[in-house]
Amino acid sequence: MTINLTGTDRVKRGMAEMQKGGVIMDVINAEQARIAQDAGAVAVMALERVPSDIRAAGGVARMADPYIMEEVMGAVTIPVMAKARIGHITEARILEAMGVDYIDESEVLTPADEEYHLRKSEFTVPFVCGCKDLGEAARRIGEGASMLRTKGEPGTGNIVEAVRHLRKVNAQVRKIVHMSEDELMTEAKILGAPYDVLLQIKHAGKLPVVNFAAGGVATPADAALMMELGADGVFVGSGIFKSENPEKFAKAIVEATTHFRDYKLLVEISKDLGIPMKGIEISHLSAEDRMQDRGW
Amino acid sequence: MVKIGVLALQGAVREHIHSIEASGAKAKTVKGVDDLALVDGLILPGGESTAMRKLIDRFEMLGPLRQFAADGKPMFGTCAGLILLAKELVGYDYSHIGVLDATVERNSFGRQVDSFETDLHIKGVALDFPGVFVRAPHIVRVGENVEILATYEDRIVMARQGHLLGCSFHPELTEDHRIMSYFIEMVKESLANKVYL
Repeated sequence: MTINLTGTDRVKRGMAEMQKGGVIMDVINAEQARIAQDAGAVAVMALERVPSDIRAAGGVARMADPYIMEEVMGAVTIPVMAKARIGHITEARILEAMGVDYIDESEVLTPADEEYHLRKSEFTVPFVCGCKDLGEAARRIGEGASMLRTKGEPGTGNIVEAVRHLRKVNAQVRKIVHMSEDELMTEAKILGAPYDVLLQIKHAGKLPVVNFAAGGVATPADAALMMELGADGVFVGSGIFKSENPEKFAKAIVEATTHFRDYKLLVEISKDLGIPMKGIEISHLSAEDRMQDRGW
Repeated sequence: MVKIGVLALQGAVREHIHSIEASGAKAKTVKGVDDLALVDGLILPGGESTAMRKLIDRFEMLGPLRQFAADGKPMFGTCAGLILLAKELVGYDYSHIGVLDATVERNSFGRQVDSFETDLHIKGVALDFPGVFVRAPHIVRVGENVEILATYEDRIVMARQGHLLGCSFHPELTEDHRIMSYFIEMVKESLANKVYL
């Protein structure tokens, strides 16, 4: 009798490994999901509103109506991800029961718990979580996240925070890799990171899970920049369906992510796309509007 | 030393590169048509087959990939790569590279929550190979020149047709390089045969 194991670290993390070098796009209905799949997205994130509209609407942002996820799951063959509020065990269980392929425990939604994140290792469905430094990344891995994404500042179309977070995480990973093992426990204390996760990073020479970039990608050049800085792939939220020509932007961002160092090709890819989403200068955001500060 | 390429449009590229190097061959990423001429065999990695196909079309690689197979150069597809190789796909009126005489059904074990690991008996390779199935396809039918190498619960999950090899699962997500060694032997054989042509 053969044994068949579901929900193992290997199948949960492995699913994210298959997404590498790809683009995951936010969509709000079946039509957008088909546009994303036709453009070559590796997955879609099914939402009620894209982050820039969540900002504009204000109020409490929650898990989307299951009808939207069902509609999107019925429309495409690529994996479908969905967002649950930070610490909202029941929203996450509902999404798992629906059969979504990945759950994003996301700071884009209003947190349900201001102290604790989900114990993600208890779920069969894998999770992706946001991070802006290695302490946060390692805590999420410790809780059972199978994939990370640097947070950036969602819904702004401004890449500056995404760059800051990816550079920071990667610099901190390099520091751990080159550090003496004697120094690791104190570093764990400073970062607020689980010691065993840091030890794994030191031995493997890299994070134990895939790390995508998110929060501000608006152009093909932005996506290529994140790949240049060492992202495994990119999430694009508002950047596609808030641009003037979503089909063109979606295709161009996919192509730029694959060929991120082919600059002559990037010239062609970037030409004649129309107007990108309108951006927001980060210093104009008030403290309570900064989504990146949600998560602990 | 034989040189094995990995189609690097999207997906689990670095895992295959690692496995090739750990098995004592040279590895090269293949991003465009020019790279294809430089390799003796090609791996089509796991990833999203629809995304890879869009990029294959956009960068005009479909014809050259078919020619690569027609030239008798070995190709090995894992998961999405198997879908790219198959001649027929259940529910679709088209295929991709379409060289492996088999019909493949996508996502046939269910969604991600149904992804699983199990030990596999692979003919001529291993009695206990760790099979990692992630939203995996399986082979519904094979042509008469195709040898079935592994099944799981009566479903075909690995098959070979001469110089073409395909499997439903992800050997690249494990540290077990026996399937890679098997493929490298296929590439060596194809090079040895070429001498006599």
